[in-house]
Amino acid sequence: MELLDNLALGFSTALLIQNVLYCFVGVLLGTAVGVLPGIGPTATVAMLLPITFNFEPVTALIMLAGIYYGAQYGGSTTAILINLPGESSAAVTALDGHEMARQGRAGAALATAAIGSFIAGTVSTVVLAVAAPPLARVALQFGAAEYFSLVLLGLIVSIALARGTALKALAMIFLGVLLGTVGQDIYTGTPRFTFDQRELYGGIDFVSVAVGMFGVAEILRNLENEQTRTAIVTKVKNLWPTREDRRRIAGPILRGTGLGAALGVLPGGGHVLASFTSYAVEKRISKRQQEFGHGAIEGVAGPESANNAAAQTSFIPLLTLGLPAHPVMALMIGAFIVHGITPGPNVITEEPALFWGLIASMWIGNVLLVLLNLPLIGLWVRMLRIPYQVLFPMIVLFASIGTYSLGFNAYDVYAIAFFGILGYVLIKCGCEPAPLLLGFVLGPLLEENLRRALIISRGDASVFLTRPISAVLLVLALAALVVAVLPTIRKRREVVFTEED
Amino acid sequence: MRTASRYGTTVRMFTAIGVVSLVAACAGNGGTGAGGPSGGGFPDQSITIVVPFSAGGPTDTVTRMIAEPMAAKLGAKIVVQNVEGAGGTVGAGEVARAEPDGYTVLMHHIGMSTAPALYQNLGFKPLEDFQTVGLVTEVPMTVVARKDFAPATLQDLVTHVKANADKVTLANAGIGAASHLCGLLFQTAAGVKVQEVPYEGTGPALTDLVGGQVDFMCDQTTNTSGQISAGEVKAYAVTTPERVKSLPDVPTTAEAGLPKLEVSVWHGLYVPTGTPQDIVQKLSEALKVALADQKVVDQMAKLGTAPVPAGDATPQAHRTKLEEQLGVWAKVIADAGVKAS
Repeated sequence: MELLDNLALGFSTALLIQNVLYCFVGVLLGTAVGVLPGIGPTATVAMLLPITFNFEPVTALIMLAGIYYGAQYGGSTTAILINLPGESSAAVTALDGHEMARQGRAGAALATAAIGSFIAGTVSTVVLAVAAPPLARVALQFGAAEYFSLVLLGLIVSIALARGTALKALAMIFLGVLLGTVGQDIYTGTPRFTFDQRELYGGIDFVSVAVGMFGVAEILRNLENEQTRTAIVTKVKNLWPTREDRRRIAGPILRGTGLGAALGVLPGGGHVLASFTSYAVEKRISKRQQEFGHGAIEGVAGPESANNAAAQTSFIPLLTLGLPAHPVMALMIGAFIVHGITPGPNVITEEPALFWGLIASMWIGNVLLVLLNLPLIGLWVRMLRIPYQVLFPMIVLFASIGTYSLGFNAYDVYAIAFFGILGYVLIKCGCEPAPLLLGFVLGPLLEENLRRALIISRGDASVFLTRPISAVLLVLALAALVVAVLPTIRKRREVVFTEED
Repeated sequence: MRTASRYGTTVRMFTAIGVVSLVAACAGNGGTGAGGPSGGGFPDQSITIVVPFSAGGPTDTVTRMIAEPMAAKLGAKIVVQNVEGAGGTVGAGEVARAEPDGYTVLMHHIGMSTAPALYQNLGFKPLEDFQTVGLVTEVPMTVVARKDFAPATLQDLVTHVKANADKVTLANAGIGAASHLCGLLFQTAAGVKVQEVPYEGTGPALTDLVGGQVDFMCDQTTNTSGQISAGEVKAYAVTTPERVKSLPDVPTTAEAGLPKLEVSVWHGLYVPTGTPQDIVQKLSEALKVALADQKVVDQMAKLGTAPVPAGDATPQAHRTKLEEQLGVWAKVIADAGVKAS
């Protein structure tokens, strides 16, 4: 019954009027920055952190956390509506979500994202409350070797993101990994592929690549012919998921939630893998594989749930051990410190009201997000009817402002133009941007962990096989590669897929 | 109509965010404006303190703590602006090129004294391009190890590292980070060479230390004290001449037999060279007042640190420290053969 006492404490804290209010402010801001291309949760939390210095610690953390998971929620909106993912996770949602929007089913896609996120949020709140400390201990078993193998598995699995041939997808992943190597080497400080441009020392900005490859390239493609040009969609079908839709999304939501919750706990970048691992799983087990990439509702339900679940369980290492899983969590550590709380394993026992209040607030935040977003769907969908002469320049303008405001670096804006054109050329060649983007995000993680594992082992590559978790992941990666590539080598991939149906 | 009003809110939120980013963008491009050459009326507009690291980090936190009482003393608004990048050299370079009118101030830490040795094309010279205003605080560092690491004391650690040079690993938060510098100094002081394992930031490095993936590291109390008091990591020593109040059982490096390992993450305020002396004095006075503020003292204590003595919050003491540290690190970094770019 200790759990019930703790939850009672949590809800009595989280339901205080100022906490509910700032939770709402947090998720509202989060949704807004998620929707707005460019500015992400990291920049927003960094900007707002100083404002929270005068708040009660728990209120401050509730609001900052709300911004983070609210942004995960909002990111799907632009991905679905205008093919503009603000985060790597939303890039996956864009694949089928935007196709659904083009078919006039944006409402159903948005509602699916909202429902999936809510269910995922509820389940992972329970996970946080019940099992946070033991899960964090398990996560600590993951060292560099394990992360390398996990990321490798993720990269191979992301072949499934492509509609076309596995070989082209593999090529795009490699290109993405190569683009990810631009910038200073973290181990030696040597600049790589920077062409003596200081602006490139920090690497290419993710937002520039995503906005260019998805948003701008999509605009260029739309401008090609008269028919698709007038507006993205002219007819809008049902706003809500049909009975058939609801039946189809139940499984993906639950699987996505489980997968996301598990991956989110890993502090070394598990949350990045959540959404597209879920996509790959759904595509693999679906009876309608041919629909994926052409508006399969499972392709929205699974990844969106996984993403939201991971966003929430990524708080586990922070709350139970005081260890940040990603930059937003590092900022939250700053918030702890500013409020005189020493981040560490003692937070649970020394500040129970804060720990449980924050967890309870996440569930409240998820309720608020649904209340906030469901009524907005009708309006969002109407946005698709805005004539392209107005909509396209607006998208480019907002994307440029958002990207520029991240680091006040004009280079990031030029990069949007560059990747927009590159993305268009690639689409023309039948290569898709999603695997490239994932390669770009995961490549640096892959390299960093590969090299770190080898540094620690003094160059002995057998660590990847002698450490059991790593070995299992590598075997899975090999299996995934065989399954993905074999059909292409036999040039029978398409045939196989039709036969299976 | 409910949706309509919500939509309105969202639109306003967008506008607000847009405005915030535009304002921030403008501030990023200058933020200095017109300021007379004489400091008679200083300050008659808001002052920007540039922090060359991310918001929420230890340096940012310290800056925001002192900004409030400094603003009260000066009678002007103080805006803290984070300009991140390349180990703090981006933000520092920006202030070096700013108008020397006292309205653009830099908060920097030990990195000011290591940058010339680490970066080949730095774009500024610490002693020539900056005028020191005063020291702020010296954050102690701690030598910590995974909790099941064999050595029990700092002396044991040195012996163990010497005997097992091919196995032991030393984590740090990346090139030029305080933990990297402290690690280099440890190797110099102990006369050993250890395999370093760089991470991108303190968070992941500490995660791997707690998880037992690496053996030991040296980092600021701000980052380690929570893990030390929870028993998640083993602490060998603090790297300051005095013990740290929040960690009373941890000996100093001198007590533990390695006196040469003395290092702290010292912070100071700078203005561009050419700033009128009376303005520098006014800023320095305000800094002294802020450091005497009880709230600042309390907040710093929670971080495991304290304001410097009033005598060190002066331009002269700060310059002496900077000169001394530039000499120390030029040698340590050159000996280790480290380059950041």
